[in-house]
Amino acid sequence: MNQLDFPILSLMMGLPMLAAIICLFVGAKAARWLALVTTLVLFALGVVLWASYDIGGPQWQYVERVELFGNFAWALGIDGISMMLIMLTVFLMPICIGASWESIQKRVGEYMAAFLFMEVLMIGVFAAQDIFLFYILFEAGLIPMYLIIGIWGGANRIYASYKFFLYTLLGSVVMLIAMLWMVQDAGTSDIPTLLNYDFAPEAQTWLWLAFFASFAVKMPMWPVHTWLPDAHVQAPTAGSVILAGVLLKMGGYGFLRFSIPMFPEASEQFIWLIFGLSMVAVIYTSLVALVQQDMKKLIAYSSVAHMAIVTVGLFAFNRQGIEGAIIVMLSHGLVSGALFLCVGVIYDRLHTREIDRYGGLAINMPKYAVLFLLFTMASIGLPGTSGFVGEFLSLIGLYKVNSWVTLVCTIGIILGAGYMLYLYRRVAFGELVHDDVKAMPDLSAREMALLAPTAAAVMWMGVYPESFMAPIRGDVGAIVARIDRAAPEGDAHLKMGEAKAATKGHEIETGHGESH
Amino acid sequence: MTIQLIVFLPLLAAIVAGFGNRMIGNVAAKFVTTAALFASCALSWPIFIDYIMLSRAAEVVPVLTWVQSGDLNFEWALRVDALTAVMLVVVTTVSALVHLYSWGYMDEDPDQPRFFAYLSLFTFAMLMLVTANNLVQMFFGWEGVGLASYLLIGFWFKKPSASAAAIKAFVVNRVGDLGFMLGIFGTFLVFGTVSIPEILEAAPAMAGSTITFAGMRLDTMTILCLLLFIGAMGKSAQLGLHTWLPDAMEGPTPVSALIHAATMVTAGVFMVCRLSPMFETSDVALTVITVVGASTAIFAATVGLVQTDIKRVIAYSTCSQLGYMFFAAGVGAYSAAMFHLFTHAFFKALLFLGAGSVIHAMHHEQDMRYYGGLRKEIPLTFWAMMAGTLAITGVGIIHMGAIPAIGFAGFFSKDAIIEAAFASGTSTGQFAFAIGVLAALLTSFYSWRLMFLTFWGKPRWIQSEHIQHSVHKTPETAEDSTGGYHPHESPMSILIPLGVLSLGAIGAGFLFHNQFIDATEGFRFWAGSLAFDRHLMHAIHEVPLWVKLASTVAMLTGLLTAYLMYFRGKDRPARLAATFQPLYNFFFNKWYFDELYDLIFVRPAFWFGRLFWKAGDEGTIDRFGPNGVAAVVASGAGIAKRFQTGYLYSYALVMLLGLAAAVTWLIVRGAN
Repeated sequence: MNQLDFPILSLMMGLPMLAAIICLFVGAKAARWLALVTTLVLFALGVVLWASYDIGGPQWQYVERVELFGNFAWALGIDGISMMLIMLTVFLMPICIGASWESIQKRVGEYMAAFLFMEVLMIGVFAAQDIFLFYILFEAGLIPMYLIIGIWGGANRIYASYKFFLYTLLGSVVMLIAMLWMVQDAGTSDIPTLLNYDFAPEAQTWLWLAFFASFAVKMPMWPVHTWLPDAHVQAPTAGSVILAGVLLKMGGYGFLRFSIPMFPEASEQFIWLIFGLSMVAVIYTSLVALVQQDMKKLIAYSSVAHMAIVTVGLFAFNRQGIEGAIIVMLSHGLVSGALFLCVGVIYDRLHTREIDRYGGLAINMPKYAVLFLLFTMASIGLPGTSGFVGEFLSLIGLYKVNSWVTLVCTIGIILGAGYMLYLYRRVAFGELVHDDVKAMPDLSAREMALLAPTAAAVMWMGVYPESFMAPIRGDVGAIVARIDRAAPEGDAHLKMGEAKAATKGHEIETGHGESH
Repeated sequence: MTIQLIVFLPLLAAIVAGFGNRMIGNVAAKFVTTAALFASCALSWPIFIDYIMLSRAAEVVPVLTWVQSGDLNFEWALRVDALTAVMLVVVTTVSALVHLYSWGYMDEDPDQPRFFAYLSLFTFAMLMLVTANNLVQMFFGWEGVGLASYLLIGFWFKKPSASAAAIKAFVVNRVGDLGFMLGIFGTFLVFGTVSIPEILEAAPAMAGSTITFAGMRLDTMTILCLLLFIGAMGKSAQLGLHTWLPDAMEGPTPVSALIHAATMVTAGVFMVCRLSPMFETSDVALTVITVVGASTAIFAATVGLVQTDIKRVIAYSTCSQLGYMFFAAGVGAYSAAMFHLFTHAFFKALLFLGAGSVIHAMHHEQDMRYYGGLRKEIPLTFWAMMAGTLAITGVGIIHMGAIPAIGFAGFFSKDAIIEAAFASGTSTGQFAFAIGVLAALLTSFYSWRLMFLTFWGKPRWIQSEHIQHSVHKTPETAEDSTGGYHPHESPMSILIPLGVLSLGAIGAGFLFHNQFIDATEGFRFWAGSLAFDRHLMHAIHEVPLWVKLASTVAMLTGLLTAYLMYFRGKDRPARLAATFQPLYNFFFNKWYFDELYDLIFVRPAFWFGRLFWKAGDEGTIDRFGPNGVAAVVASGAGIAKRFQTGYLYSYALVMLLGLAAAVTWLIVRGAN
């Protein structure tokens, strides 16, 4: 069956499903502990998955397949890309449960059940090998998130959850139609088979657009991003963590798994659209982030800008771009998740997200200030943190295709430093002026346990990203080989000149010799 | 193994001091960091001596894989060659001394472990920068020193001015980084590698090729070099991207000495020298570097003339001296640029630390208008500052007959630059020469002005609020302008670094000028680690006598003017300022760069941010998107009402976005 001789993926979906159901019927305390233990066990299973993953082995591993009816099958299996995203999910889930430990006091059982159910769906999305199974899990992800925002959210939660639902549903319908047509045309709903099926170029165009409608919203790309700030602001801390950490990655995963390898010609055809929207997103949302008064909104807008780097990287059609985009996805999952946790830490103390109510936290919360700074710097893309590796690779890949777009997107690094440091200054620097802020205690052991592992992961990915890049190398290679035929020509057009003599008319000793 | 120790000991110390913090206490944190730095320093000098003795070859020590992505590979590795060795001794020596100095200077600060941890972290990042064997590791160090600089400028983060200056430093540097990053991208595109030796080897073959960048057809090497140079401009505070450096003086004075004078700000010069074989392939890029360097030298000198804050005078002086280094590189005298970097590190660190000693003695007063007469009160500091001033103004006697040239450190390095500019024979070289001599005059003037205002004349301490706060008795007589305040000489931990750096300011030029810039010995010393133009270095000895004397004459003129104005004539400066009021204001307000940037960058950024948010997201996308759908569902009539308010905004925005889309379309389509 696979290298572990048991259906680990089904287990990873079944276990939280079971725990979710139990959570509905037990008390608050038991639900918390059950959820924590379950998510930790899943994390352990994730580590097993990663450790026994055969790098350089078959493209699809841990494959399971049970035929259900018609074209529909319970088909699971992962490649390196899926595995890293599953790792991200199982890493963030215990942190989400921990973040909700004290702040969620009403309907705890249902809350924990919603999160566990969400975990089932997220693992399923990344592991599904049947296009309909993917669709069901992908869309079902809406439901628990809708509930989390709608029930445990802030004051304006109804509007936010409505907006979230409306946006994401819109794209789904057209995507379903496209999927039905694809299965009809190719005669299979098996994703690995579809990945190597060549759709007619004319069909690709509308299929691509149909998928784009769904993925662009999930991403989110400008201008269908406005659901995100509202959803984040209203969601409880853990909801924001999982929304930014994993749900936003589904759009990128969709582009990578479906749009690009299945419709390479159409992807090339619509590069201008992706690049155009991404460029607008980088500049536009970065500037909007600069003027936010609400911490969560600020980070939400910064997410849109970061996700634009993912889209340009993916559509660079080359290895650096795609690998970079995947690393940005992983990195952003950790960093923005951690930033929302950082907001949650002080929100739990003061019950406001208004930036100006804080200030001087470096004085009474030094541990918090250090970790918040680390994540701020990772968000800015400081080398040595995960943010840099992804951003750098995406942009260097993009540069091979188009220098204009790279120039505009790289301006994002200036603006990113601007709004993040401006945020950090207003929160952590300055004098402690408000008495209630002065009374805030530093990180508790629980909060430390949530943030410290994330910080370690961010540094690990920044200093030695090879651990994360080795498993995806082969899969990215397969995608690049698949789309190579449609890869756009770069805009550089390097042309060698006449060999010139030494430029200054006299001999110059150059060279970088190793000896003298 | 030595090089790993040199680089990683400071990191280790930073981690211990930073995370140990209050747990291990002040003394332990200070001891660990200072000991690590002295160890690094002790290990660095033998390496440098080895290169001076020509008994060591270049080597690259791999540390760890970093990124492998298809044909893009770069690793963590430490490169050691003559160029690195020079930087190693500069960085570790100044850093070790600054650590020691901070024992005394930061003695009363409640947050000492954090301070020392930042200092050591900075040193680690700087060492990673100078040992980089590929562009990305250099960028790592580049950003690492930027982070440390941000943290240290904002060290007293309770002060709004300090945290504002910290952000400014980081963001302005990021503008430079935009160029650096695009330069790396372009280099990878053209050469298929980011390894520095490979790039330098392949660069000459690329001369004359053309490439499209952002829709423009350009000479490949020119655009690559210019992009990288933008990065250097940011880090080294060159004209246009210099605005952060004076504000960076918000940081504690030891920081100003280490980061904003001796080491970090010279990273741009180091980068140009490291990549000099690449820059040699583009005359246009070199011309730009020369012009920017020369312009910065003169611009910063003019502003330095009229500043009253002692640290700001020295900051503008640094900016100006960095300009010298750049135009030296621009005319092809990379070795002279590195030589000036080397000597400047000693005398400028000395001047800053000396200024710190004065500030320490004057109870944190930084305004020179409230100094005066300190010569007798703090004599050791005075003599150290004197050594620094003699070095920066370039006091020395040129080589005549059998008598070799003799002088202070700056004399050798600055004169070499000025002569090289003349000897280069190009018209930009002549321009740089003229500017260099004029800036030397101004340098001498503002340096002596600082000395006269601080150490000579009658005490003017009573006018200082800092002093008033510290003494609580009324002056005994109306004549007594000291306010009853008695400045004390600084403790040994401050005086020892001043003494060591004074030796450097006096002797570094005389001792090492042959190795650095002599046509024969220099060539053997550098051993290909930078582009060494033997003809040019030979030609600087052949320049006419008036050229050789020009900078000395300029120096004496500046000294005399400063003497007449600040030593003899007490009201002359004020009268002169009144006579040339507009010019004075122009200089005093730093050519209005800050105001200009605020007007054209900062305010519009916030204005557009609000516009996009209110009129874009809320006014257009939401209104016609989800809210619109809701409204349609709710009632058709509601929509008409919604249209009435502020539709002009939306209309303008839609037009703007439409335009942007159309342009995008044209560009992307056209390029393919």
